[in-house]
Amino acid sequence: MIFGGFVAESGVSENSGLVAEGLAAIRGERLVFAGLSFTVPAGGALLLLGPNGAGKSTLLRLLAGLGRAEAGRLLLDGEDVLADRTGHARQVAYLGHQDAVKPGLTVAENLAFWGGRVAVAAALAAVALGPLAELPARMLSAGQQRRLALARLALSEAKLWLLDEPTLGLDAASVARFGDMLAAHRNVGGMVITATHLPLPLPDAAELRLG
Amino acid sequence: MSRFFGLIGREIRLSLRHGGDSFAAILFFFLAAALFPLAIGPAPEVLGRLAPGIVWVCALLAALLPLDRLFGADFDDGSLDQLLLSGLPPAAIALAKAVAHWLITGLPLLLAAAPVAVMLRMPDAAIPALLAGLLPGTAVLSLLGTAGAAIVLGARRGGVLLPLLVLPLAAPVLIFGAGAADAAAFGLSVRPHLLLLTAMLAACLPLCPLAAGAALRGAVE
Repeated sequence: MIFGGFVAESGVSENSGLVAEGLAAIRGERLVFAGLSFTVPAGGALLLLGPNGAGKSTLLRLLAGLGRAEAGRLLLDGEDVLADRTGHARQVAYLGHQDAVKPGLTVAENLAFWGGRVAVAAALAAVALGPLAELPARMLSAGQQRRLALARLALSEAKLWLLDEPTLGLDAASVARFGDMLAAHRNVGGMVITATHLPLPLPDAAELRLG
Repeated sequence: MSRFFGLIGREIRLSLRHGGDSFAAILFFFLAAALFPLAIGPAPEVLGRLAPGIVWVCALLAALLPLDRLFGADFDDGSLDQLLLSGLPPAAIALAKAVAHWLITGLPLLLAAAPVAVMLRMPDAAIPALLAGLLPGTAVLSLLGTAGAAIVLGARRGGVLLPLLVLPLAAPVLIFGAGAADAAAFGLSVRPHLLLLTAMLAACLPLCPLAAGAALRGAVE
């Protein structure tokens, strides 16, 4: 394990990480996937690949505790995720297709619910939105709104990041900054699972092909 | 706990930014009540007799107006997913939304009710009873409305479904709320009506957020 040093240091037990066993999901009337098993160790990353409609987003929502698993087991650090979804929510940061940005609030106010003033400033700096903090979010471009959504990730103390096409609409410099965020998160034992069609700055990530 | 109050604060800030939405409900209340003297004539004895019912029906309809967007906006822009992942139980999210709805709509309705009652020539003795009934009554309406809004979330034609769902449930509130003001006008005891309204509030306070929370979970699945 790459981050074995960290594991020993923080005293995390052997079963740290995310373990999925035999997951199945139904969307509408259709079986999207079944018998899906994988593991992500602490500090690990997993890329979800597959054509449109293969169930990548469905799987991410299931892992976040938003979707329903028809079968299977999901363990995070040995704890059953599907049994306590509210408790699980604290350990998860989810970035969906939608940015969940309120156009009526300023950039900083959009994040105020998720963290204190100092943490918000730091998170905005991480996505280079610091100078725009007092601007109403409706003035932001699509790419800047995406960066605001990424700043919410930087704010969360969740150990599992679930990202659905995180770099959609981002310029090269923002993708590079996002790469730094991902590396920092993994360096402290965080896990990243992301669905993408674009190349991501995510070195030695495992791949899971759906569909 | 700070997340809970943070959510209420966020809702209030959002509604102040989109001031039109919350103001529209109060304006609707005024205008709808002002239509009655035009339709049934300005004779004080008729109007005064009908006033408690008019105020209550108008307040009920006005409270329904903003419910459509209570969860709808968050559902559409992905905020609801984020709220459900904030670590707050779904029932707490629903309760925070109900409290915010009451502060944004219920409380202003309560403040607007007295001038409207005077405008409708309600007997002076009945006005305190009307307001005392509206205090728990609007809170019950906020709770019922929140549950209704969560249940119709994601349904096609949710905006039409919502009043059909909430209005029958709100009928008891209407009966005892208007009954309290009527009783005061006739010099009878207001107490039983107010006690029943408070009992409804006590029942709705835990039940409605739980139902709404379960509905929110279902809506995002």
